[in-house]
Amino acid sequence: MCGIVGLLLKDPDKQDFLGEYGTEMLVGMATRGCDSAGLAAYTNEVSEEGVRKFSLYSSSDSIDWNALTKAMREDLDCEIDLKANYNHAVIVPYGPADIVWRWLFENCPEVHILSIGRSIEVYKDVGHPAEIAERYNLRGLSGSHLVGHTRMATESAVTWAHAHPFTVGEDFCLVHNGSLSNPHSLRRMLERKGIHFDTDNDTEAAARFLEWRLREGDDMETALKAAFRELDGFYTLLIGTNNELALVRDAFACKPAVVAENEGYVAIASEFRSLAHLPDVQNADVFEPMPEEIYVWNKQSVVAS
Amino acid sequence: MSVGREVVFNQNGQIVSFEESHLYNRNVQQWIYNAAERGIYDIRGLGAKRRVPHFDDLTFLTASLTRYPLEGYREKCSTKTILGTRYAKKPIELDIPITFAGMSFGSLSANVKEALGRAATAMGTSTTTGDGGMTEEERQSSKTLVYQCLPSRYGFNPDHLRKADAIEVVVGQGAKPGGGGMLLGQKISERVAKMRTLPPGIDQRSACRHPDWTGSDDLTIKIEELREITDWEIPIYVKFGATRVKDDVKLAVKAGADVVVVDGMQGGTAATQDVFIEHAGIPTLAAITQAVEALEEMDVKGKVQLIISGGIRTGADVAKALALGADAVSIGQGAMFALGCNSPVWYDKNGKPISAVKDYEKLGTKPGFCHHMQSGKCPVGITTQDPDLEQRMQPEWGARRLRNYLQVLNFELTTMARACGKSDVHHLEREDLVALTVEAAAMAKIPLAGTNWIPGSSGL
Amino acid sequence: MEQTVRGGKLMWDLRERSVRELNYYLHHNAVKNGITEVQIFNPDGAHHIAVGLDAPIKVDILGNAGYFVGGMNKQAHITVHGNVGWSVAENIMSGVVRVKGYASECAGASGHGGLLVIEKDASSRCGISMKGNDIVVGGSVGHFSAFMAQAGHLVVCGNAGDGLGDSLYEAVIYVRGEIRSLGADAQEEPMAEDDYKTLAALLEKAGFKHHPEDFKRIASAKKLYHWNAEHYQEY
Repeated sequence: MCGIVGLLLKDPDKQDFLGEYGTEMLVGMATRGCDSAGLAAYTNEVSEEGVRKFSLYSSSDSIDWNALTKAMREDLDCEIDLKANYNHAVIVPYGPADIVWRWLFENCPEVHILSIGRSIEVYKDVGHPAEIAERYNLRGLSGSHLVGHTRMATESAVTWAHAHPFTVGEDFCLVHNGSLSNPHSLRRMLERKGIHFDTDNDTEAAARFLEWRLREGDDMETALKAAFRELDGFYTLLIGTNNELALVRDAFACKPAVVAENEGYVAIASEFRSLAHLPDVQNADVFEPMPEEIYVWNKQSVVAS
Repeated sequence: MSVGREVVFNQNGQIVSFEESHLYNRNVQQWIYNAAERGIYDIRGLGAKRRVPHFDDLTFLTASLTRYPLEGYREKCSTKTILGTRYAKKPIELDIPITFAGMSFGSLSANVKEALGRAATAMGTSTTTGDGGMTEEERQSSKTLVYQCLPSRYGFNPDHLRKADAIEVVVGQGAKPGGGGMLLGQKISERVAKMRTLPPGIDQRSACRHPDWTGSDDLTIKIEELREITDWEIPIYVKFGATRVKDDVKLAVKAGADVVVVDGMQGGTAATQDVFIEHAGIPTLAAITQAVEALEEMDVKGKVQLIISGGIRTGADVAKALALGADAVSIGQGAMFALGCNSPVWYDKNGKPISAVKDYEKLGTKPGFCHHMQSGKCPVGITTQDPDLEQRMQPEWGARRLRNYLQVLNFELTTMARACGKSDVHHLEREDLVALTVEAAAMAKIPLAGTNWIPGSSGL
Repeated sequence: MEQTVRGGKLMWDLRERSVRELNYYLHHNAVKNGITEVQIFNPDGAHHIAVGLDAPIKVDILGNAGYFVGGMNKQAHITVHGNVGWSVAENIMSGVVRVKGYASECAGASGHGGLLVIEKDASSRCGISMKGNDIVVGGSVGHFSAFMAQAGHLVVCGNAGDGLGDSLYEAVIYVRGEIRSLGADAQEEPMAEDDYKTLAALLEKAGFKHHPEDFKRIASAKKLYHWNAEHYQEY
């Protein structure tokens, strides 16, 4: 049970304010849950062939990110960009992503990968949304779009790993408000296909299901239609990819969502109070997504399908 | 349930042995015959009838040499109980930790509601409205009245809300967690129908979810609305049936409850599907331990109070619930039995006993076996809206019985507390208990008597 | 505590003073201080604005309001000059709540009396569990509207979503546009003289100029009134 927010800025001039707007939206949803919070921003896309950006989380507070990148640089013989924030860091190693991944796995057991992709950066942790926004300077983020979440844990534990967004695959993230009623059978079905789970959170089952469908060749719409058939319970899901935001609600549509759209942006939240501070929202087209309708907004051409 | 070999004599006096199937015994056969015949599931009242681990499976380690007992009747043993200290300006103060659970006017007669109020007031405790709104009789007779906010919202209104001493948001109940209700037409009298805005005599369905919120995040907002309307003065309880208790208690606390009410699977109902009563929820004994763990993990034990209900019958049950960590208990079925539920007789205005056996027979049952609250034809005048039948339970008589019952529960409670050396019943603790069965030890996380063994724990 | 009072008119800025202080003032001091009109600025989607009122005052909320605005209202005339969140005017007893924009889910849920007007669309479960209140929606309503509605009227000037009037009791629904599907036990019935009168009066009160002749009447088929196994009912 939670609050969700999403923002896609159509106006390039506004992209410097992504973090500013997004933080206001996230903190506005703290009333719907303040066990933990998280945000995925799509920013500073890496263009070099084969190069990926990694968002990292250290379960040890005393991590020395400079030392880590130095060691990695020496071992892998490549340049690495580093942006460190306490136990979070975003690194861009200019070397093959799979080798970077293996190096981290073998050398830094306390470091967990929150996301991999060309543009995604993920920040999430236990605590009040306002505190998390402050700790990781979320206001300072710029970029094209973001997905955020404030959590009131239902059945699974309150840990950084159980916080949303959940990421699977590259540049893919998902947040969820609601409660699935068949997450364990979904999970068992996916595990039999060799898919690994990090947590027992119901949202992870939804995320891995969609990623599996996309990997099998479905486009987003086909994957979401498959999700309507397989996912039971109540959910509003907001999905981010490198180019788009997608939003769906289950057939009962018992968990809230509201969309405000104008020439400058598309903003999504569980409640209007998270949108109230956006510029010129009074003149935006405000609507509520319909049950089992698929809404996709693309970075280039913002179209609802 | 009779299972196994049965010895019968035939006409010639010879012994004939029958072997009954355990799986398809006569009860099961009858159940299938009924299903095939009628095409409907059974709707009935009362709570789970099957045996599940319960407070009976625990016993107290009272004082001997290591602890000093207090003198009964002379040395003080406080039973004062305060509920709703977290946010409310006016918490509930009770003289005893035993309250009456919510039972609707509609399922019960107005006389019964009045009797409950009178007895509660006399004993310094609270009573609770039910799925059907607040009656004048119960508001008048109850010093402390908890007003339920239920999915149906029958008769719910701001005037009664402002007259309430506390609000109980009912998410579910132990007899039917996750289900709605069904009040059959014979109980929808003119007055009940008017209070519920329904045509008289129709079978009334109650919703299983609230009409204006879904889920704990929205419950947070609902609770805040109720606080706004009542100017943050009175406590707000959240009640639910015991299933995923640990998570549910945590969510109720996060949603802002002052008091959490957990109703175990033995909790009663006026009417629901039999399959719900017997096959949903966890025993009260398991629920209480999970609830207390949840409060302790969130470090709100003592700040958010816990009320336990579902099969609390005796003072021993109350004492054990308190020792396990409840702040108070709530009783429903026990109160109905105190009023004569299932009794072979009822008493006229002169106190003369009159047999009700024939009326039980009309319902196809007999005293001691009746669970036909849904019928509205209660032979002893408790669960009825029939103008003649309801006269069989007069408020003065009922109030005296209920007061006596509460008094005995409280005596038993203080007897046990004093014997454990406590000058306050709230000082009973889990270490004062041991378990008599492995199941109870595992569920309540109390060591098996004579050992230090708690099944499932890693200790010795 | 009030911000500005001019001739019985109170101006309240929610960026300066909280909803909690506002509600307390409206419950206890407004009538005492001779307030007849209240203007509320910068609601910004806040919850519980003007809940539990019990006085014949006029309240204007200048912007978007969150959950439960006008909840349990008695007597007051509340207008929201914007959109509202879940459960606007829930359990309304009397008076009028008017929304100039859109309403989210469960608008007018479990109301016992009074009038709720939504000038644009209302989302799903509009009028769920209603018990005597009237709701007039200028636009369309979402799925499961008037679910288990017991009494009162729901007027929909636009279209209705799936499952309209499921498990209806005595409430009556009038729809001008298309109905995607009717719920269990709901049926279309011919309009009678009383329907035209009731509808005309409601449309006038709500300020819509549609013709009552353009509406359909939906009411309970009453097959669920008595539980009957032979019909394979479930409830």
